[in-house]
Amino acid sequence: MSQKERIIGGVANYVDERTGAAKWLNKNLKKVFPDHWSFMLGEVALYSFVILLLTGTFLTFWFDPSQRDVIYNGSYQPLQNVQMSAAYASTLHISFDVRGGLLMRQIHHWAALLFMASIIAHLLRVFFTGAFRKPREANWLIGVGLVTLGIVEGFLGYSLPDDLLSGTGIRIAEAILQAIPVVGSYIAFFAFGGAFPGHVFIPRIYTVHVLLLPGAFLALITIHLMLVWYQKHTQYPGPGRTEKNVVGYPLMPVYMAKAGGFFGIVFGVTAFLGAVASINPIWLYGPYTPGQISAGSQPDFYMGWLDGLVRMSPPLETHAFGHTISWNILIPGLIVPGILFTGMALYPFIESYISGDKREHHLLDRPRNVPNRTALGAMSLTFMMVTLINGGNDLIATHFHMSINQIMWMSRIGVFVLPPLAFVITKRICLSLQRADRDLVLHGRETGRLVMLPHGEFVEVHEPISPEKAWTLTSHIQPQALTNVTEDANGVAKPKAIRNKLRARMSAANAEQAPAATLTEAKELESGHH
Amino acid sequence: MSNNLEKFSDPGLPEHIHRKADSDARAEKKAERQVAILFLLSAAGTILAIGSYIFMPQDVVIFIPIMGNQNAAQLGLGIGIAMATFFLGMGAVHWAKTLMPDSEVTAERHTLRSEEVDREDFVATVKEQGGAAGLGRRTLIKRSLGLAGGLAALTPLVMLRDLGPQPKKQLNTTSWEKGTRLVTDPGDRPIKPSDLEVGAVAQVLPALKTGEERTLENIGKDAVLLIRLNPVDFNLDSQRLSWTHDGIIAFSKICSHMGCAVALYEQQTKHLLCPCHQSTFDVTRAAKVIFGPSARPLPQLAITVDSEGYLIAQQPFTEPIGPSFWERNSA
Repeated sequence: MSQKERIIGGVANYVDERTGAAKWLNKNLKKVFPDHWSFMLGEVALYSFVILLLTGTFLTFWFDPSQRDVIYNGSYQPLQNVQMSAAYASTLHISFDVRGGLLMRQIHHWAALLFMASIIAHLLRVFFTGAFRKPREANWLIGVGLVTLGIVEGFLGYSLPDDLLSGTGIRIAEAILQAIPVVGSYIAFFAFGGAFPGHVFIPRIYTVHVLLLPGAFLALITIHLMLVWYQKHTQYPGPGRTEKNVVGYPLMPVYMAKAGGFFGIVFGVTAFLGAVASINPIWLYGPYTPGQISAGSQPDFYMGWLDGLVRMSPPLETHAFGHTISWNILIPGLIVPGILFTGMALYPFIESYISGDKREHHLLDRPRNVPNRTALGAMSLTFMMVTLINGGNDLIATHFHMSINQIMWMSRIGVFVLPPLAFVITKRICLSLQRADRDLVLHGRETGRLVMLPHGEFVEVHEPISPEKAWTLTSHIQPQALTNVTEDANGVAKPKAIRNKLRARMSAANAEQAPAATLTEAKELESGHH
Repeated sequence: MSNNLEKFSDPGLPEHIHRKADSDARAEKKAERQVAILFLLSAAGTILAIGSYIFMPQDVVIFIPIMGNQNAAQLGLGIGIAMATFFLGMGAVHWAKTLMPDSEVTAERHTLRSEEVDREDFVATVKEQGGAAGLGRRTLIKRSLGLAGGLAALTPLVMLRDLGPQPKKQLNTTSWEKGTRLVTDPGDRPIKPSDLEVGAVAQVLPALKTGEERTLENIGKDAVLLIRLNPVDFNLDSQRLSWTHDGIIAFSKICSHMGCAVALYEQQTKHLLCPCHQSTFDVTRAAKVIFGPSARPLPQLAITVDSEGYLIAQQPFTEPIGPSFWERNSA
């Protein structure tokens, strides 16, 4: 035994005699993880979260979360002697007088955008591949919680500098609170410690931004990862991959090196962006005052859809019995997002109810093989894109020389027309792709080689595909629609007739499928050819 | 699909294809060198970062094509950190991909559901151990526990009460009173009608009483926009016309939708536009909403001039300004 082995052995022995960790570690260091680029999306989210913790901690050393009035006296000349809040002044201080401060601010903001973008990409991957199915419904719920908290955390974060742009965002948030029926003005006054803007809101959201929500993130991310670990990662279908195994690389050393290395890459990319790409230059906006505003007021992209919804809302208000209900705020600001996020959270349970599928699933779906779900996803994405585009309608108007009224009307109509259209088109495309798969398996690959037969006929040579490919293209689940049994064995009508009928109809739509090619069919065609 | 159709069978994992570095010693050496170069690039990045931090003056600006003028210290530090982390990561990944074992491993996956016997044991345990507490039988304990638990959760909610005062009438009132002078913002100078040309816009605030300070809360309610039109352009009823003076009309600048400052005035169309959600108000028709999500016109402030010829408010606002709220009582 070499000197080095003796030392390592000594440490390992010390730890194991006190924890008994050897057995557990031995098993888990060999833990197998399947490899696919799309599995990195969640990793990007995790790493950007770590970057946010690191850069955020750096920023807290100088940031002063206070709305007390100060006169600015720093090295940014245009704002010399201007009255502003301590929060804004300290953000200027970080940007201009702390070495690396601006860089850290910019990395923090870029990492926040990357965090949200990768969460959304990860969410879409999980949705379109059906990774949320049993036994992973709980992890889907945690994920929905994380994306929701991410939106709130991001909003609070860019509100902290108390510049003219972010203050306007807070003003809008206050108006949403104020619009809540019955208790709205109380909630707003409690949150702001009196009339808007008050002097307590920034310190309060600071605590939420740096303590409460990061704590919640840490807890949820930990459970999220522990469940991935415990339930083992899903894998894409393919030769040798089954519901009963997991094929990939062991944690040690390959995954440690790849995952650790990937953290470095993500950090490097955000640092590069922070170094060269200016983001949220708060010194250009000036301090917040409710009487002013900058044109082209835009939230970050993950809030843009919400802003777009509010913008496209019709001017509806109810005035009755001495009270006012602002539907123009409640519907786009609270009701529609509430329905969207509740629907998203419940989707695994809805799909399982419709399909009647209660099995465990560890093999992922190719999106085309589940046309209904894929179409639903495309429909939701289209809705989000229309609202997001409307959230930037002022910028689009100025950049493309269009009238803002045109864009607004296009969005108002588009938000109703385009999502169903996306559903129908996507479903058709999925079914066509299934038929193309079927043709490929049964007829082989078109080689483009033309052969003249002895009797003068021209045929194109088709090359049979490999058994691996044939398996990958035909091994997916062939769903069966639930049949609606309206009477039991004795001819007595079953209760809940309407619900059952609806379920059967949705189930039929959900099971619509081009049947996968089979070996029998392939053999029949083969014998027919010759 | 009928079940008697024979399906394609699983051919199993494809045969492993070895990499060049697995068999060729020269390729292996080359890969090793590549990894080392990546790690060295990372080290160079750290040196650049620390060097820029310590030695580069903060006010040196360098021109870089495409990116334009950049602060050299910030750029050196940022690029340095980016190189240090990025190449460290690339090195590790390249190492994993070229030199670490790349044959895929298959591990068993077990159904998560416990064995039937364990499940039964579990139920028995819960029944026995839980039954020992007798919660099911002792309804008095159960109910009093529920009551106590529910009440205990109330305290933290109640204790949030002092977060802020009750709104009372604060959302209904502003600082504008009968006879309050309109003053410029910034500057706090009283205004005469002659200070505004036709087509001009000005933001004004109520004159401060002696000893009063201007707070952001006040600005958030009091900000008013003055616009001077040619009086023939007005399309107002007689009351609203009497609230104008010499073609000057005053509206609350706080949007009746969500409270942003309605700051964009189009002189040609005489429309006011809120940059937040594009509610558009027609100045000639008392800020009637002609487009966008706002459901109400901007409240109009009745103005006139005092004996010295300065603009003053005839009366307070006749309705609450800013976004709607539950207690708001006016159509």
